[in-house]
Amino acid sequence: MVRRLVALSLVALAAAACSRAAAAPAVRTVQIRIHYSAFSLGHLDASPGETVRFVVTNADPIDHEFIVGDEAVQVAHELGTEAYHPPRPGEITIRAGETVATTYTFGTRDLLFGCHLPGHYAYGMRGTISVT
Amino acid sequence: MRPLRLAFAIFVGLLALLFAAPAWACGGLVNSNGSVTLVRTTTMAAYHQGIEHYVTSFEFAGGKGEFGSIIPLPGVPTKVIRGGDWTLQRLVQETQPQPEGLFLAAGGALPAAADARVILKTEIDALDIVVLEGGGTAVGRWASEHGFFLPPDAPEVLDFYADRSPIFMAVRFDATRASEQGLSDGDGTPVHVVIPTTNPWVPLRILGLGAAADAPVEADVYLLTDVRPATLPAPLSPGVASALPQGVRPGLVLQASQQASSSLLADLRSDKGMSWLPTSNVWLSYLRVDARAGDLDYDLAIDASGAGRPAPVAAGLDPETTAGSPGTPWFGAALWASLALLLLLGVAGALERRRAGRPAV
Repeated sequence: MVRRLVALSLVALAAAACSRAAAAPAVRTVQIRIHYSAFSLGHLDASPGETVRFVVTNADPIDHEFIVGDEAVQVAHELGTEAYHPPRPGEITIRAGETVATTYTFGTRDLLFGCHLPGHYAYGMRGTISVT
Repeated sequence: MRPLRLAFAIFVGLLALLFAAPAWACGGLVNSNGSVTLVRTTTMAAYHQGIEHYVTSFEFAGGKGEFGSIIPLPGVPTKVIRGGDWTLQRLVQETQPQPEGLFLAAGGALPAAADARVILKTEIDALDIVVLEGGGTAVGRWASEHGFFLPPDAPEVLDFYADRSPIFMAVRFDATRASEQGLSDGDGTPVHVVIPTTNPWVPLRILGLGAAADAPVEADVYLLTDVRPATLPAPLSPGVASALPQGVRPGLVLQASQQASSSLLADLRSDKGMSWLPTSNVWLSYLRVDARAGDLDYDLAIDASGAGRPAPVAAGLDPETTAGSPGTPWFGAALWASLALLLLLGVAGALERRRAGRPAV
């Protein structure tokens, strides 16, 4: 009798855990590597409302950034004066040799990503995100 | 008459490795007011009895901050000393017409990369010089940690050199100290690096570091060797270079190739640190670099043995693509296209002339 109760309890607990997991929004992880001042990813497709966890590894001996945002955000950072970015969703500084993650939930608009250390964006450190 | 600016044309200064300067931009250090600018430096690479003597000069345009550059070297130097006072200027005088009296007036998640190893530290006038050994990543990190601003192409360029020779010379120019020492704008500090090596080469690619792909890179390289050297890439003659269409940059031009005069050798030998130079039988080559930064993806390999076989690897070139053609001219794609276009135009012109000579049908 006791064994049956324990078994039923375990089944109930497992079911509860599964239902909670199913209810939580799925977070997709996207790995990005930076080498020779180039992102390993040039374009990303995302769904409206999707949450993506970007894990960015900087294999270079110099610092880089990963900034997600629209054109206005990119321009603001290109002209900005913030030396290093505090951890904000979609805005991270990745120091030489480090790996940093940031989580971003997309709306409905297409976005861009890039690095705005001096000369880096013009050098080609940028990409596009289509939200469809 | 060529302006003096060509006299100071090998400019490691264009390395654009600026020291930490006052202003911050978004995410990085930049020298926003341009008050300290490394203008240009001059270079001589002489090779005698297995030793490369590399002499370059650093000039500054004033300011109160610090700036610096990193120079890849073909081997571990045994000495880094203050260069002579007139060696570079005298070479210019020998190969380029000068105005009267000018010479006399001249004066985390990743595995940690191994740390760069400091081989040598010295101070020459207002220059703090550190010779490093390490891979591109290690040297890049060292430079970043010591306040150098590295442009975005630096990681690839440092690896380009480290694959061949993991020796770099980091030079920091302390403009405040320069001012205290009475150096004024335009003054240069020559540095003489003594490098035992069996495979001499001169760094050229790094001249375009930080520059836009279409930015012009102009520089002068003086070679002093026991015999007439073979180089890779082999340079164009001035005649061929001047026949190129407007806007096409020739890359490397051999402006002068001659036995060094006894008066030149005597003058050079009388300069500080230059007594090693033979009194005779020295070949002088003057090469002019005139390239787009994007095309300058090579260095200058030198075979001073007389065998005529400069090593493609020493030039940073793929041995397979240059196999069988040591010392033959090597051009960028744009130059080949231009030469092909010239040929095409010549053929078209000849056909047109023949057609014009025919009677109408």
